[in-house]
Amino acid sequence: MLSIKDLHVNVGDKQILKGISLEIKAGEVHAIMGPNGSGKSTLSQVLAGRDGYEVISGSITYKGQDILALSPEERAREGVFLALQYPVEIPGVNNVYLLKAGLNAIRKHRSLPELDAFEFLTLIKEKMKLMHMDESFLNRGVNEGFSGGEKKRNEILQMAVLEPSLALLDETDSGLDIDALKIVAHGVNSLRSPERAILMVTHYQRLLDYITPDYVHVLAGGKIIKSGDKTLALELEKRGYDWLTQVPAINTDNTGAIGA
Amino acid sequence: MSTTPQDLEQLVAQKYRHGFVTDIESDTLAPGLDENVIRHISRIKKEPEFLLQWRLKAFRHWLTMPTPNWAHLKIAPIDYQAISYYSAPKARTDAPKSLDEVDPKLLETYDKLGIPLHERARLAGVAVDAVFDSVSVATTFKDRLAKAGVIFCSFSDAVQQHPQLIEQYLGSVVPHGDNYFAALNSAVFTDGSFVYIPKGVRCPMELSTYFRINAANTGQFERTLIIADEGATVSYLEGCTAPMRDENQLHAAVVELVALKDANIKYSTVQNWYPGDENGLGGIYNFVTKRGDCRGANSKISWTQVETGSAITWKYPSCILTGDHSVGEFYSVALTNHYQQADTGTKMIHIGRNTKSTIVSKGISAGHGQNCYRGLVKILAGAEGARNYTQCDSLLMGDRCGAHTFPYVEVKNSTASVEHEASTSKISDDQLFYCRSRGISQEDAVSMIVNGFCKAVFKELPMEFAVEAQNLLSVSLEGAVG
Repeated sequence: MLSIKDLHVNVGDKQILKGISLEIKAGEVHAIMGPNGSGKSTLSQVLAGRDGYEVISGSITYKGQDILALSPEERAREGVFLALQYPVEIPGVNNVYLLKAGLNAIRKHRSLPELDAFEFLTLIKEKMKLMHMDESFLNRGVNEGFSGGEKKRNEILQMAVLEPSLALLDETDSGLDIDALKIVAHGVNSLRSPERAILMVTHYQRLLDYITPDYVHVLAGGKIIKSGDKTLALELEKRGYDWLTQVPAINTDNTGAIGA
Repeated sequence: MSTTPQDLEQLVAQKYRHGFVTDIESDTLAPGLDENVIRHISRIKKEPEFLLQWRLKAFRHWLTMPTPNWAHLKIAPIDYQAISYYSAPKARTDAPKSLDEVDPKLLETYDKLGIPLHERARLAGVAVDAVFDSVSVATTFKDRLAKAGVIFCSFSDAVQQHPQLIEQYLGSVVPHGDNYFAALNSAVFTDGSFVYIPKGVRCPMELSTYFRINAANTGQFERTLIIADEGATVSYLEGCTAPMRDENQLHAAVVELVALKDANIKYSTVQNWYPGDENGLGGIYNFVTKRGDCRGANSKISWTQVETGSAITWKYPSCILTGDHSVGEFYSVALTNHYQQADTGTKMIHIGRNTKSTIVSKGISAGHGQNCYRGLVKILAGAEGARNYTQCDSLLMGDRCGAHTFPYVEVKNSTASVEHEASTSKISDDQLFYCRSRGISQEDAVSMIVNGFCKAVFKELPMEFAVEAQNLLSVSLEGAVG
C-alpha cells in the first residue's frame, strides 16, 4: 500500500526528516510515536501533499505510484485521507456541503456517479450515528464553534464518509476527554478493514489502549529509531523516550549533517 | 505557502465575459457639455418646462462645485467636455411600441447577457426594464403590473405620463446639488426607471432593470425613482454590464427611494461593469448616489449590493430614517481585482424614534485591488431609542491588495445603542489545504471559502439572484490558484 524510502524533508532551511523508511501493507495499523518536535506531524503532512515541505531525497510510493508529484486533492482522490491535528474553521461554509463536494470530487475521479443531496443526506446520517453526532451538525459551518472533541469527531466522520484506502491520523487523541476518545476510537476501529491501512501519529500511548496497532515506530530527530509491536508502546509509557533517544540522537544528528 | 503570488496572478487573470460591442446604429450627441446640450436633451425628450429648469439649476450649481477628492481613490482627471451626453439606438421610425418592434440586434445583446426579454423574463416571472446606453428599450410585463396598479416604466415615459409624481418626488431624496456627481446627473440624466406602488399593494413580481453601456465615449447618467406608497411592498433588482474598451467610461447614476408609512422597499444590485484589464487599462467609473428616505412610520428600506465590476466604484447607498420605528439595512459584497478600486459603504441617518439600522459589509481584495468601507451612522438628538449594528469584514488575497475601513459614528442621543464589529482576514493556507485534502480542487476551495465569507449578504438577495451572485464570484475567482 505505502512504501516510504529514505525520505529527507526540509522546511525552509531546516532539515526535519532525515531518512525515513517505512512499509505499510493493506489491513495494517501502524502507530508512530515520538517526543515533541521529532517530525511526526511533518511526516503526515508530507504524505498528504501539503505545500511548504521540500522533499530533498527519497521516495513515497502509494499503490505502486510515485505520489510526490501529486497535489493534495489528487492524493485524496486516490484514497489518501488526513485527519488533522488542528482542523480549521471555515466560516459560512456548511460542514455537509464541504464533505459532499469532497466525496463527489472523489467519486467523479473514480468514474462513479455523483451523489445528489438526498442520497448524500442518507449516507451522512448513517455515518453520524457511528460518531454519536446529532443532526445539528448538518447545519453548522465547517468546524465553526466546534469544541476540540467535536472537531476530532468531525474528522473521523469525514473519514467514514470518504472511505480512504490510506488514513493518516495526526494526533487524533490530543485534546479529547476520555468519553470523546472512546467515541473516536470506536469510529476508527469500525473503519479497520483488510483493504485499508491506517497510520496513527500520537504523542501518548493512551490512544493505543483503544486502537491496537500492529506495529509501533519511534520517531526521534527525524529518524525512526526503533520499531516493534504494541508492547513497545507500553515500554515507552513506562520508560519515556529518553532511553532511546540519548545515544542514538547524536548519531542521527551526525548522519543528518553528512546527508545534508 | 500554497498560495504563491503566481497563483494569485492567475486568480486575477479572469476574463470579462460581457465585453462585446453591439453593432447598432445610434443617434449620438457630439461630445461636450453646456446649457445648449442640456436644452437639447430636454427637447429630444419633450420634457415639461419644470424639468428643464431643474436640470439647468443643477448644471449651474455643478459648475461651482470642486471634484470630490476625499475618498480613498486614485481617479485620473475626467474631461467632461470629451463625453457625449446622449446616445440612443436609432429608432426605425418611431419608438418601439412592443417587443416585436425592438431592433433584433439589441435583443440579441440581451440574450448574450442572459437577459432574453422574450422567454426568460416570462418564465422567471421577472419584469425587466432594459436601459441601453441612455434610453430605456423595452419594459416587459407592463400590462400585468398595470392591473395591480403598479407603474413600472422608463423614466422618460413617466415624465410624459405621470409628470405630477415626477415633480413631487424628483430630487426630494437626493437634491439637485447634493454632491458633484449627483448634480451632474441631475443636469444631464437621460433615462432610467420609474416605479410607483400604490397604497397597500404588494408588487406581484420582482422588478428588474438591466443597464448596459454600449457606445464609445458616452456617459450613462440614469435616474431611478421608486415610490412605495403607504403599506406597499416592492423588491427591485438592477444588473449592469458594459463592453470592453480601453478608455474609461463614466457612469454617474442617481437612485432615489421613497418609502411612505408601513412601506417596504428592497433594492438589490448586481454590478458587473467592465473592470478594466489586468493592467488597469479601461473600465467603468461607477460614481453613483443612492439614497432612500423612510419617510413614514414603520417603513423599511433594504439595500443589497454585489459589486464585482467597474474600475472605480464610489457609492454609498444610504437610508434616511425619518419615520418612527423605520428600519434601514445595507448588505454589501465588494470584490476588487487587478487594479480595481472601491470606496463604498453606507450612511444611516437616524431621525425618528426607535429607528433601527443594520450594516453588513464584506470586502474582498485580490491582485492590486483596493477596497474601502466608508460608513456613517448618525443618530440625531430626537432619535430616542435608535439602534445600529455594523459588521464589516475584509478578506485579503495575496500581498499587493489593500483593505481599508473608515467608520464614522455620530451620536447625539444618549438612549441610542451603536455596535460596530470589524475583522480583516486572509484565506489561510490551512483552510485551502483542508479543503484540498478532502479532494476539492484549489479553485473550488477558494470559491467555496469566499462564498462562505459572503454568505450573510447573499442570503439577503432574491433567490434566483443569489445563485447568480455566487456564480459571478466564482467566475471572478476562476483560475485563482495552481
